[in-house]
Amino acid sequence: MKHQLKQAFSSSKFVLGFVLFSIMLLLAIFYPIFSPFDPMEMVGSIFYPPGTYVSVSDTVQATYNGFNIDPSEAHLKAALSPENREKMKNWLVRFGGVNEADIDIEDTVALVDLWDAHYSSDNPQEGLLSSEKKSYSRLDKSLAKAKTGIKTALYTENSDGEMEESLIISDRDYVRVNDVANTVTLPLGADNFGADMLTKLTNSIRVSLQIGLVAGLIATLIGLTIGLLAGFLGGLVDNILTFLTNIFTVIPSFVILILIANSVGQAGRGPFVVAMIIGVTAWPWTARSVRSQVISLRNRDHVNLSKLSGHSLPHIILNDILPYVASYVVMALILQVSSGILAEAQLSMLGLGPSTTTTTTLGMMMNWAQQYTAHLSGAWWAFIPVILSVAIISFSLNLMNTGLDQIFNPQLRED
Amino acid sequence: MGKVMLEVKELKTKYVTRFKEDVFAVDGVSLKIEEGKSLGVAGESGCGKSTLALSLMGYYFAPLHYISGDIIIDGNNISGMKPDDVRRKILGTEIAYIPQAAMNALNPTQKIIRFVEDVIHVHDKGMSKKDIYDMAVERFRILGLPPEVLQKHAVELSGGMKQRTVIAISTILSPKVLIADEPSSALDVTSQKMVIKMMRELMEKGFIKSMIFITHELPLLYNVTDDIVVMYAGQIVEKGTAKEMVFDPVHPYSKGLMGSIIVPEEGTRDVQLEAIPGTPPNLKHPPDGCRFAARCKYAKPECKVYEVPEKDFEDGRMYRCIYDVDYLKEVYGRNG
Amino acid sequence: MAKELGKSVLKGENITKVFGYGKTRTEAVKQVNFDFHEGEVISIVGESGSGKTTIARMILGLIGITEGTLLFNGQPRDISNGRKKKEYWKNIQAVFQDPFSSFNIFNKIDDLLLDCINMTGGKHKSDKEKFDMMTEACSFVNLKYAELTNKYPFELSGGQMQRLMIARVFLLKPKILIADEPTSMVDACSRATILDMLLKLRDEINMTIIFITHDIGLAYYVSDSVYIMEHGKFVESGPAEDVIIHPQAAYTKRLISDVPKIYGEWDLSTV
Repeated sequence: MKHQLKQAFSSSKFVLGFVLFSIMLLLAIFYPIFSPFDPMEMVGSIFYPPGTYVSVSDTVQATYNGFNIDPSEAHLKAALSPENREKMKNWLVRFGGVNEADIDIEDTVALVDLWDAHYSSDNPQEGLLSSEKKSYSRLDKSLAKAKTGIKTALYTENSDGEMEESLIISDRDYVRVNDVANTVTLPLGADNFGADMLTKLTNSIRVSLQIGLVAGLIATLIGLTIGLLAGFLGGLVDNILTFLTNIFTVIPSFVILILIANSVGQAGRGPFVVAMIIGVTAWPWTARSVRSQVISLRNRDHVNLSKLSGHSLPHIILNDILPYVASYVVMALILQVSSGILAEAQLSMLGLGPSTTTTTTLGMMMNWAQQYTAHLSGAWWAFIPVILSVAIISFSLNLMNTGLDQIFNPQLRED
Repeated sequence: MGKVMLEVKELKTKYVTRFKEDVFAVDGVSLKIEEGKSLGVAGESGCGKSTLALSLMGYYFAPLHYISGDIIIDGNNISGMKPDDVRRKILGTEIAYIPQAAMNALNPTQKIIRFVEDVIHVHDKGMSKKDIYDMAVERFRILGLPPEVLQKHAVELSGGMKQRTVIAISTILSPKVLIADEPSSALDVTSQKMVIKMMRELMEKGFIKSMIFITHELPLLYNVTDDIVVMYAGQIVEKGTAKEMVFDPVHPYSKGLMGSIIVPEEGTRDVQLEAIPGTPPNLKHPPDGCRFAARCKYAKPECKVYEVPEKDFEDGRMYRCIYDVDYLKEVYGRNG
Repeated sequence: MAKELGKSVLKGENITKVFGYGKTRTEAVKQVNFDFHEGEVISIVGESGSGKTTIARMILGLIGITEGTLLFNGQPRDISNGRKKKEYWKNIQAVFQDPFSSFNIFNKIDDLLLDCINMTGGKHKSDKEKFDMMTEACSFVNLKYAELTNKYPFELSGGQMQRLMIARVFLLKPKILIADEPTSMVDACSRATILDMLLKLRDEINMTIIFITHDIGLAYYVSDSVYIMEHGKFVESGPAEDVIIHPQAAYTKRLISDVPKIYGEWDLSTV
């Protein structure tokens, strides 16, 4: 056993898979502990982008520090959208007589300088609609404003309930972020409920892994038992069990999943019910392959010898058959866990997943992102990390399986 | 003395295991085969005889690696050639190789004639299919194989027929050396006899100029080859003609090996079989001195210290033992 | 070899084995008769597919007999339930062809030998007694128990494994031993050791040994009686000297002529 473990860790595929899987597992276990939020808590509102949010009120209340930094360039940069830059370039080429090659729309300062030198609202601008002329003039004014700097007046409510000016804020005043009492960091933004995505995601990974593990264990246990019995006993038992297995194999398991999930009903469908549903429909492949392995083992001489030594049937199955298929069963279990996670994601995507308001799964997160059309509003953070998590988990599990396969089936070795 | 077809000088090759350990499976083998002669290689499993067969082809691929030595075929040194050159220029015309499970190498979806075309086209792209077919029919006819076989698929043939077909195909270009590694061991006795008969015909008709025959079945070797070498732990320990080796072995290991022969012939059942205790050494760390010393009942302390050189005696015989020939013969005589 | 035969231990009358039914029905063994005696060494010789292994398995009780009666010690054999099977297997044991597949690689060598002691009623013996028994069994096959204890089978060579199998038989002391190609997968040098040990064991406990083999030379070397089998039938049987040196049946003649010879001429023209 120790030897096999050592061998497993000599396979680079297995190690890579193991590392990836461990990262996901550790993330799922430890992030929710350190996260300031409850995974279901609606901290923000629909699809807040990722970033650090600071309280506006706390910011203006904080101590100001003057900096001798001209803020106009940053302001200009923030004020000039790529479309406006393109617009300015067009105007300069058409009416300002500037050579197109001299204009670099990425260089904000040079662009604005060119603009100031050439733009004048008095220019005849032939061929432009008056609304277009106006939009250029508005652009010019907003640039002027961004350049000069804005002074902001702060009004606070006094004891009489009147608003009175308390402070003029220069555009060269800064507040240290640490001085702001209330900040919120949403590393992956917020989902449609306004909950912190990362907390929710890690929680979902944990639940999905649990579902996968339970489903995989159930499927492997059923498959192993049926495969061992059918393969070793043979005859009528084998015929009946193989018939049963074949029936389960030919009926598309996803349809059964949908039917069971539907008939269980919304109320009774917790994550573990879903895991069980997945488990009891996923066993046929394990059963079939265990059976064929056992059949080839059944006629091995060591089994005959064990019979001749007068051992009972359970003893022979447990001692002379099971250890030989164990490595195979471990690999099957890994694949079953992986496909269990994927099956849950598929089911939930269709709205047949766990029905719960207290926990989330990866599939449910994708379902919500889709229902709130995250993909249309450009809220990539609501579904890309979820998809990546599902992909990494099943990729790592499959990698481990391939790595183990190469160790247990020497003819697959690459050297 | 005939023309030397194959000469091997101090050939050393090794296996590299998954854990990057070296296994010195062929460790300084020298041999010589003349035109029209056949050489048998005998030894226990793991003594390096199959590795020797692979090494002699000059076609090295992982995990087998060439270390040093020369392989000279008809005056042409092929050691150190690139694998691709060996495949195109050597295999088929200079050397043909038949492994034990050769018959399983036939792709079941193709007709036998296609394999013949493949073999010929590697060396002569211009030959027409008609010419190849005529040539194959002629060769099959001479070797006593029904020419209809050429139009059949491998699955339609019995194991013995497949093996003979593979041998006929691999020797179609009349190679100078045929290396056969247990070509008949997976077959029943009747098919085995047919294979042996065919290999003898190949030699007699000059379709192959010399042959190396590797097997652990000594009675077979005795009936097929002119000379026999006995290999132990990657080295040749004794060489002689088939008759000398079977009835008058000198090296204690050969003596044990020949003493374990069982044949269904009158009077043989009352002979006490010889047994050699122990197992061959691990070739990852070959022992110092004589490699057989640990299992040899005549070994003395010096055996485990000094490397024993190959010693020539009589006419063309060689052995590798610390004792004199006369002493060994006397001891054997005393022990019956 | 004119040797006084002991009493009959195993007698088969019209033994037939059929596999499958309908289109796949095959008669592997057809109406064979045999009579094995105490202390006798018998060889059943045949090529692959002749049904020799099927006979061995029927005698061992690993597969059922379709038709015919098998008399064990003069009584019809009864292995209808687990207890009776266990009782029967105290009297009949086997050594198989492939030493590497004869062992459960997950069990230590000690477990294998302890099993045998327990089976022959040694369950209540003290550890010291068990240790002595195992040491004795190992030394019978020239192995040192002290070097084997706590080892797994894959740490041994093929020849050592096969010798350990004989040590197992030594502990069980059955009346009949079926040796199914016991030497075909070990080297020539170990072959002699294994055969000698089996024959020594025969002499020691007056055991009947049934060799199942394709090697007619081996059959000639070890056995008192030889049964030649072709397509599920015995085509010739009798004392080894008669059958192999003066064969009567055409199949036997062919089989013998196909084996390479050393002392006489091997006639290749007869193929």
